[in-house]
Amino acid sequence: MTSLTSSLTGQKPTGIGPPLWLLAELTYRCPLQCPYCSNPLDFAQSETELSTEEWVRVLRQGREMGAAQLGFSGGEPLVRQDLGELIAEARHLGYYSNLITSGLGLTQAKVESFAEAGLDHIQVSFQASDPELNNAVAGSRKAFEQKLAMARAVKEAGYPMVLNFVIHRHNIHQMNDIVALCDRLGADYVELATCQYYGWAFKNREGLMPSRAQLEKAEHEVNQNRARLLDEGSAMQLIFVTPDYYEERPKPCMNGWGSLFLTVAPDGTALPCHSARLLPIDFPNVRDKDLKHIWYESSGFNHYRGDSWMPEPCRSCDEKEKDFGGCRCQAFLLTGNADNADPVCSKSPHHDRILAARQAADHATAGIEELTYRNAGNSRLFFRS
Amino acid sequence: MANLAENAIKTTDIPRFRRGFRFQWEPAQSGHVLLYPEGMVKLNESAGAILGEIDGQRCVQDIVAELEAAFPQTGALEADVIEFLDHARQQHWIELS
Repeated sequence: MTSLTSSLTGQKPTGIGPPLWLLAELTYRCPLQCPYCSNPLDFAQSETELSTEEWVRVLRQGREMGAAQLGFSGGEPLVRQDLGELIAEARHLGYYSNLITSGLGLTQAKVESFAEAGLDHIQVSFQASDPELNNAVAGSRKAFEQKLAMARAVKEAGYPMVLNFVIHRHNIHQMNDIVALCDRLGADYVELATCQYYGWAFKNREGLMPSRAQLEKAEHEVNQNRARLLDEGSAMQLIFVTPDYYEERPKPCMNGWGSLFLTVAPDGTALPCHSARLLPIDFPNVRDKDLKHIWYESSGFNHYRGDSWMPEPCRSCDEKEKDFGGCRCQAFLLTGNADNADPVCSKSPHHDRILAARQAADHATAGIEELTYRNAGNSRLFFRS
Repeated sequence: MANLAENAIKTTDIPRFRRGFRFQWEPAQSGHVLLYPEGMVKLNESAGAILGEIDGQRCVQDIVAELEAAFPQTGALEADVIEFLDHARQQHWIELS
């Protein structure tokens, strides 16, 4: 999603623009257990999923409003038996559709039939460059071989190949190996997305966050690989997402609240980003209201539009138009109040919490086995009554 | 860096969109966009007009002729078209053969 925001330069409508990006989280079900999953901790509490007809209605309403990019995500979207049908509908409506998958549950036949139905892109996620670490992080013994096979099938079927690696302290030393693997597979884009700390990743932050030294080494290796690829005339692009916790200014999260992105969760809850569910805000549901009403009229989507909600130091800050005070979810998780400046900002009175996390990362020793894996059993421990 | 002279765009080159790139008109944005994996570029009018001519069949020269016929008041367009196509190639939106 970072590529979208960076390429929409100068796109800052004065009124409320349309949601150009619709993320359909089809399900929270997933065969993997990645301990950095961005799904809510209590996902297992949400058992109802929108029906095929309800999703089709959501897709139509979104497209009518102007959404052009559509992501099918989850959980693992492949567990939905109607995925092919939804892809065909998306193509018919004129969306550019992206399937964001672990590759588990994918088959050569599905890769081909989805292409025929009009799917534009399949992004396969990996956990590491080797099977041992990959499978340990994913909590699955056979994941790596399946991912490799599916990455090759995606390429053969003529899709652009986008591979995604979530980076954390246990795989951050693998940059050269990861790039070499992607080179062998013939990737067009490689997302090296350093873990951001929401959902399960926030719960596991101490066990995931790299030290500054690890991060700097990784960035250096990525830059070296970029220079080499350019020299070789390769079109493979490396996208390295640096973690917020090592920034001094916050990111313009989602390009502003309710500005471009609209996420619909498996149960129909509409959100301005896929993490926002954790905020103490009442979000509307597509079962009760149409998307147009949700986007323009609902209190949830208007909650952090504009800047009248901002407390100091954001209110009088000359950068508030640029970063909108950062990420509301991060402010909530770290300060208990989502109105506050994102503590990533060095002007935030809570910035010491970021500094403490960095310091902890310098001294962390926990192994992978100590992380809390994302699965229904662990999720039930987080239910709020 | 690749040798620029060697890589200069020739009028006989045939541009085509790179795999995974789709060019389309978006009514809600009143303009053409280029869509690609998880991304979108909003094109201005001239970029839209040039990319709209790319069909993987016609060469740069044909595209220039088409645009000069469509916009007679603008005069010779070859240099502008080649400059833009070069930018599009550097952005990895298109390939030339």
